[in-house]
Amino acid sequence: MKRLIVAILLGLAAGPAFGQDQKTCEIPTYLLIADNELPRVAAAIKDRRLNIAVVGSGSTLLTGQDGPKGAYPVRLEASLSKRLPGIAVKVVSVAKSRETAGDMIKGFEAMLADGKPDLVIWQTGTVDAIRGVQPDEFQSVLEQGIDQIHAKGADVILMNMQFSPRTESMIAVNPYADTMRAVAQQHGALLFDRLGIMRHWSEAGQFDLYAASKDNALAKRVHECIGRALSSLVVNAAHLQSIETKNTQ
Amino acid sequence: MPLPAVATERDLRLDLFRGLALWLIFLDHIPSNIVAWVTIRNYGFSDATEIFIFISGFTAAFVYGKAMRERGTLVASARILKRAWQIYVAHIFLFAIYMAEISYVATSFENPLYAEEMNVLDFLKQPDVTIVQALLLKFKPVNMDVLPLYIVLLVLFPPILWLLVRRPTVALATSVAIYAMSWEFSWNLPSYPSGHWFFNPFAWQLLFVFGAWCAMGGAERLRPMLNSRITTVVAVAYLVFAFLIALSWYIPGGSRFVPEWLAERIYPIDKTNLDVLRFAHFLALAALTVQVLPADWPGLKWPALQPAIVCGQHSLEIFCLGVFLAFAGHFIMVEFSGGTGLQILISIAGILAMIAAAMLISWYKRMEGRNPGSRTKPPDADLAGGGA
Repeated sequence: MKRLIVAILLGLAAGPAFGQDQKTCEIPTYLLIADNELPRVAAAIKDRRLNIAVVGSGSTLLTGQDGPKGAYPVRLEASLSKRLPGIAVKVVSVAKSRETAGDMIKGFEAMLADGKPDLVIWQTGTVDAIRGVQPDEFQSVLEQGIDQIHAKGADVILMNMQFSPRTESMIAVNPYADTMRAVAQQHGALLFDRLGIMRHWSEAGQFDLYAASKDNALAKRVHECIGRALSSLVVNAAHLQSIETKNTQ
Repeated sequence: MPLPAVATERDLRLDLFRGLALWLIFLDHIPSNIVAWVTIRNYGFSDATEIFIFISGFTAAFVYGKAMRERGTLVASARILKRAWQIYVAHIFLFAIYMAEISYVATSFENPLYAEEMNVLDFLKQPDVTIVQALLLKFKPVNMDVLPLYIVLLVLFPPILWLLVRRPTVALATSVAIYAMSWEFSWNLPSYPSGHWFFNPFAWQLLFVFGAWCAMGGAERLRPMLNSRITTVVAVAYLVFAFLIALSWYIPGGSRFVPEWLAERIYPIDKTNLDVLRFAHFLALAALTVQVLPADWPGLKWPALQPAIVCGQHSLEIFCLGVFLAFAGHFIMVEFSGGTGLQILISIAGILAMIAAAMLISWYKRMEGRNPGSRTKPPDADLAGGGA
């Protein structure tokens, strides 16, 4: 409670200043409030390393010219490396398009054994919403996955869907987003509210997410900002501000 | 056997609140619509769907119960099934409109940022499967779940009504038992490509049958309870509780104010299976509404309320129009990168279009009724046509 008030006050104080040198990726503080902590990340940082695994579906990938280099996992690695000097940050992405949460957890054992991640960022929900997976089934898969990751000693960030105005009347994402928020809160995971953040960007006019262009430029800019926002969430939740360099981003 | 006391005159409150529910459903169906903040789903657990299904059950029993007593079970059942058929046809018509919109979007939109989301259009690649699944009511696009629920409820209604006319208490008890068993044994109908119906008919039938039971004399039997002070206190307390919980969803970080033991007990609030919390929220709203607005409330004659009442009297047509207008409204918003002003404009224009259509239908039905050459209709056909 006290922390929340402090966070809001800090947000109010820091908001405008942050916005001035950071026009393109501006995010209101309340969208990056950390509901839970990242103890494993904090511990790993003491050993001067940070291994992150990103598990996800199509919206974690970026195809086309220079696409893969612009996808948010790569941008997250770049942003964190810059903000946390002297820490060996490594981000591995194991995303496959068209995978539901249930498809993804089948690969969790291998993913956890291979990379020994300190933090798993789990992007999911879109494919489940498209397929109309039963909400309670979706919920139990999320719980199972989070418990599996925690058992291997890694922290979890759940990332929800993109805000996609053109398909809003075709994909009912909200019930799935609500489930993700509730599960994250109750199972000691962090939620990265990509849906809320992108909706804010759209409403604030920072990105024209209605655009129908085939151009990759918009997608790359959005992924850049998602990567930076994620790095801010990691820094906030693991309390890494002390080792953060002053010239951030 | 004495027949139960039954509502004999059409209760305008039903039309009023069904009309309002239709407007709210329309507003809720436009994605990212700022005006949807006024709708009741943001201030508690239940939403306009509960109102719509309850009133539909009430009017169905009112209209067809009368037919069953006067013309017999067979005639009443045939009328109910004819109504279900009309709704089925309306649903398929809406599906055709939806397909037209989707197909247009599929060919005009190729933003690489949304490559994943575009997979929702995969079903267009195999129309042989999709269209058959839609005809079987297994494939239902977003926001097109209410009419299939309504169809199933009506198809199953004749035996329930038969029982309601004879033993209303047994009918209601049966409904509660089906509801409980649907929770216990996870009964639901299958959907395509996966999962189950968004509105589980085995659960939602409870509201429909409860509405019907109220029409068949249940409301009279509940009156002493409805008029008691305890009911008022409990209902108000529950609505305040629901409001505070709902508030925690919309205040950033608000979920922290809900204690963990409480959150574990109440979440998830299951819309698919008509969560008890939702049902109770609807009951509380209904109880207070009945206390505040009696059936002979003079306000029901106010011109200002007539638009909502007229919409409520032609619910099927106006519901379908609302679904279409929500599609169309979203389409316009997408094409013009919808700002707040446009959202408000579309919301108001949509409701005005619903009112205009309802008044047109009223006028047409009056003209038809007055024309001496027209074939005579069964009494209350107007009510049955637009009512149940």
